[in-house]
Amino acid sequence: MSNWQDISRNGLWRQNPGLVQLLGLCPVLAISNNVVNALALGLATTLVTALSGTAVASVRKLVPHEIRNPIFIMIIAALVSCVDLAMNAWLHELYLVLGIFIPLITTNCIVMARAEAFAARNGVADAALDGLMMGLGLTGVLVVLGGLRELLGKGTLLAGADKLFGEAGHAMVLQLAPANYQFLLALLPPGAFLGLGLLIAGKNMLDARQRRIAAAAANPVTLPARQP
Amino acid sequence: MRSASHQARRSALILACFAAIITLLLAGTWLATRARVEANQNAARAALLAQALPAGLFDNDLTASRQPLPEAAAWLLNGHAAANVYRASKAGQPSGVVFEAAAPNGYGGRIELLVGIAADGKLQGVRVVNHKETPGLGDYIDLSVSSWARQFVGRDSDTQRSWQVRKDGGDLDYVSGATISARAVAATVGRVADYFRDHRSALLQGTP
Repeated sequence: MSNWQDISRNGLWRQNPGLVQLLGLCPVLAISNNVVNALALGLATTLVTALSGTAVASVRKLVPHEIRNPIFIMIIAALVSCVDLAMNAWLHELYLVLGIFIPLITTNCIVMARAEAFAARNGVADAALDGLMMGLGLTGVLVVLGGLRELLGKGTLLAGADKLFGEAGHAMVLQLAPANYQFLLALLPPGAFLGLGLLIAGKNMLDARQRRIAAAAANPVTLPARQP
Repeated sequence: MRSASHQARRSALILACFAAIITLLLAGTWLATRARVEANQNAARAALLAQALPAGLFDNDLTASRQPLPEAAAWLLNGHAAANVYRASKAGQPSGVVFEAAAPNGYGGRIELLVGIAADGKLQGVRVVNHKETPGLGDYIDLSVSSWARQFVGRDSDTQRSWQVRKDGGDLDYVSGATISARAVAATVGRVADYFRDHRSALLQGTP
């Protein structure tokens, strides 16, 4: 069981694809201009990483080592095409919004990286969990970044939620600033780079604090004396 | 050497097997989704067309009334060699048309539009179908972002001569800092309106 906890913690925090591995940044930066797009692309990517982890792990013993990459690429491309077709058929509204970024999940390095680094060396259940957690880790970063950019750039949250949640989505939109408020820097690509930089810095700060606290707990003598 | 070539043959065979299985999987998914995808695309097109003309103005199937524009007109209004016009009718009487138009000169390139005009020459709707204008800046031309495009509704293609934004001396609104998008759409709508005025009876008779 602790193995599963490890896998989960790696995907969501320690090896987070968006903040630590920095893999697959193209969609992260391009689509994270609002929460709904970010959430939708994140979930689609999660579906692909989970499915590709499962598929790669279940065929890994049949695949000779020297041709594993072409086979993994074929599997991933096929899965993405299936997700693409399925979204076109059953989530057409959202499909129109995400457009080219669905087929581009194929080229998202995180999918290939997890197939190669994890799924090819582990059992089916572990690989499926790893894919799921890596995808959710990426989704988390996308949603936080999308929320930051949407809030700063337009003063709204969850605008366009009806594309994801149907008619009920109209009620979920939060308008927190006057309708004509706009801060372009946050909406354009530079805002994505700045926002991601801040998120990475924030994560590193939290980690450093955690380490300091752990070190202090392990060795209380070295605590600096408090100012009176 | 024999074992190396044996190894290569084995790898090739495995690769081919995977390719075959994956091809089958993809073909199956495509077959399973094809009908729904086509229905979605038709429904999306019908919904877009319906936004260019108010529902009360027609009772025919707009998507089925599609006709190609003459090549010269397609170049003029759409910037491509092929473009369509849809003919609306109510109780058998022609009641309007919807043009597939496009502005070639948006800030981000081509802006595709649907322009609906009633038989009396009044504009009924301008709907941006596809554009690459800057998100959050030039995308206000899209009805899902702002109501800017509604200002065309009710304008008369017979009498309106100038299709320019205020900055250029016309009477159309625009958002400062993103004039190019508005200017491109306005000029294209103007070309469509002029074309309709000059070819009204042919367009309404269905012989464009």
